[in-house]
Amino acid sequence: MKKILFALATTAAVIGFSAAASAADKAKICFVYVGSKTDGGWTQAHDIGRLELEKALADKIETQFLENVPEGPDAERAIERLARSGCGLIFTTSFGFMDATVKVAAKFPDVKFEHATGYKTAPNLATYNSRFYEGRYIQGQIAAKISQKGVAGYIASFPIPEVVMGINSFVTGARSINPDFKIKVVWANTWFDPGKEADAAKALIDQGVDVLTQHTDTTAPMQVAAERGIKAFGQASDMIKAGPETQLTAIVDTWGAYYIKRTQAFIDGKWETTSSWDGLKDGILTMAPYTNMPDDVKAMAEATQKKIESGELKPFTGPLKKQDGSEWLAAGVSSDDGTLLGMNFYVEGVDDKLPQ
Amino acid sequence: MGIFEAILLTVITAATPLVLAAIGELVTERSGVLNLGVEGMMVMGAACAFIATQVTGSPYIGILAGIASGALFSLLFGFLTLTLVANQVATGLALTILGLGVSGMIGEPYVGQSGIKLPQIVFPVLSDIPFLGAVLFKQDLIFYLSIALVAGVNWFLFRSRAGLKLRSVGDSHASAHALGINVIRTRYLAVMFGGACAGLAGAQLSLVYTPQWVENMSAGRGWIALALVVFSSWRPWRIVAGGYLFGAVSISQLYAQAFGVGIPSQFLSALPYLATIIVLILISHNRRTTLINTPASLGKSFVPDR
Repeated sequence: MKKILFALATTAAVIGFSAAASAADKAKICFVYVGSKTDGGWTQAHDIGRLELEKALADKIETQFLENVPEGPDAERAIERLARSGCGLIFTTSFGFMDATVKVAAKFPDVKFEHATGYKTAPNLATYNSRFYEGRYIQGQIAAKISQKGVAGYIASFPIPEVVMGINSFVTGARSINPDFKIKVVWANTWFDPGKEADAAKALIDQGVDVLTQHTDTTAPMQVAAERGIKAFGQASDMIKAGPETQLTAIVDTWGAYYIKRTQAFIDGKWETTSSWDGLKDGILTMAPYTNMPDDVKAMAEATQKKIESGELKPFTGPLKKQDGSEWLAAGVSSDDGTLLGMNFYVEGVDDKLPQ
Repeated sequence: MGIFEAILLTVITAATPLVLAAIGELVTERSGVLNLGVEGMMVMGAACAFIATQVTGSPYIGILAGIASGALFSLLFGFLTLTLVANQVATGLALTILGLGVSGMIGEPYVGQSGIKLPQIVFPVLSDIPFLGAVLFKQDLIFYLSIALVAGVNWFLFRSRAGLKLRSVGDSHASAHALGINVIRTRYLAVMFGGACAGLAGAQLSLVYTPQWVENMSAGRGWIALALVVFSSWRPWRIVAGGYLFGAVSISQLYAQAFGVGIPSQFLSALPYLATIIVLILISHNRRTTLINTPASLGKSFVPDR
């Protein structure tokens, strides 16, 4: 009797559940943001992607997001909360969410997860990334043409492969134009702190850099650059509003197409784990208009962009040396993706010691 | 301009909001109230100061708006903890969360706008003094206010009758009440002064430090200010020492990195916290004087019984 009751109860529960599911009938796609969705940079770019997704699949899905989620233990709690609240597919959009996402994914095998810029996957956990370094190579070339002093300032966040890769690509691009080009790096050890980012920008400009680039999330460095009358590159979003006469170009992240593609696969039941790493040619990143530079520099930047898009130019192609002078890539050899994703060394020309 | 002047200028900008928020909280705590909502009041001040500046075009009206919003916001804390006798720690934390949320909401239309920077006030003659003149006498109004406030608070607390009453409320609210001092009114005023200072600190963030508004732009500075109050053992001038030391180390490490000293940046980033804690422990190592300075009724609610 007990067994029959149990069976009945389970059936009822299953029916109840499916009824509830068909009543809602919309897949819930969720996002976890490290910053605020209006930060003008990294998180805003993801939120624009989310809005595009909502627009494209409006009748089939609804989206939900949590913003200002700190990296660390809090992240795990936040992601788990989303998983419990019925999210079918969860995008966690910061490198620092990696371990938290892995943990929650193991607990919820029926929920699909996608982690941005990480390298740990599972059957229900995919990673996605963008070849930002392609854009940084172009920025490096522009910097080498624009800079009078041959020194650029680089505001970095945390010494993770993603950021180190960006620094190396920038230097490689710059040195393809001016072999003596140097950069100074300041680690802010934060993704988001307008004040500290501004301080870092001042520290670099006071020590003589005349072009500034950043791998942090707010427009504060751009604003300082504008105030001090030097040129700068935007990060993650078009930051032209913060420096109408300052921004040379910006790497603009365009996640929308990827979010739509993956969500469609999820709805169709065809979602599988992947490690996606698209670049300029796929449109996952674009370059903001080339502004505030002479026409010949602009033409050069556009030509380089075309070459990267066509695959004719790969930024990390030898001959390239490591910072200590040892050979990294022989002439004509391009780096494999594995080395890039685990990058923990500088190339020649970086005036900094890499924090380990 | 030499590199040291440049560093000093950056340090002053970084330290001013810490000093301002901490000096306000010091007065609040001296009256026996622990308000952990400094971060929330600061970020509200930043948002309101920025919005008022954008709307009116005058950063001075922005400053007033920052001060007013901080004071008003702290009034909410005062009502809950002093009139309704809610737990101060919990209410303070809630105030921070509320402040971050409300400021994000009201500030949203202003994200990405370029703000108006508060102009410098140049003292003639004095600003021509070599080296320090340009640093100390070519600053904005909020910097001058911050120093004046510390001097004023120091005078008020230890040289004026009203200050003596405020300290007595913080040390033993029952005795103060028995002597006929209006404990609740004193605490309301102290809480509002703390809120006004935090709001002014916020205005400094969105009008001087980085003239723009982004959500959560205080980025933890309210918490550092709170820690400064404790480590200064509730002495006003030590707040300046602690705030400027913290600012100096955190800025110098950025300059050191740009210079290329080759010390791991994680260590350099932790340095301001370490240095400030060590120095303030050293200056407050005398247990007796520390005890004398600690408000004995700190964090305790008071209900007048007659």
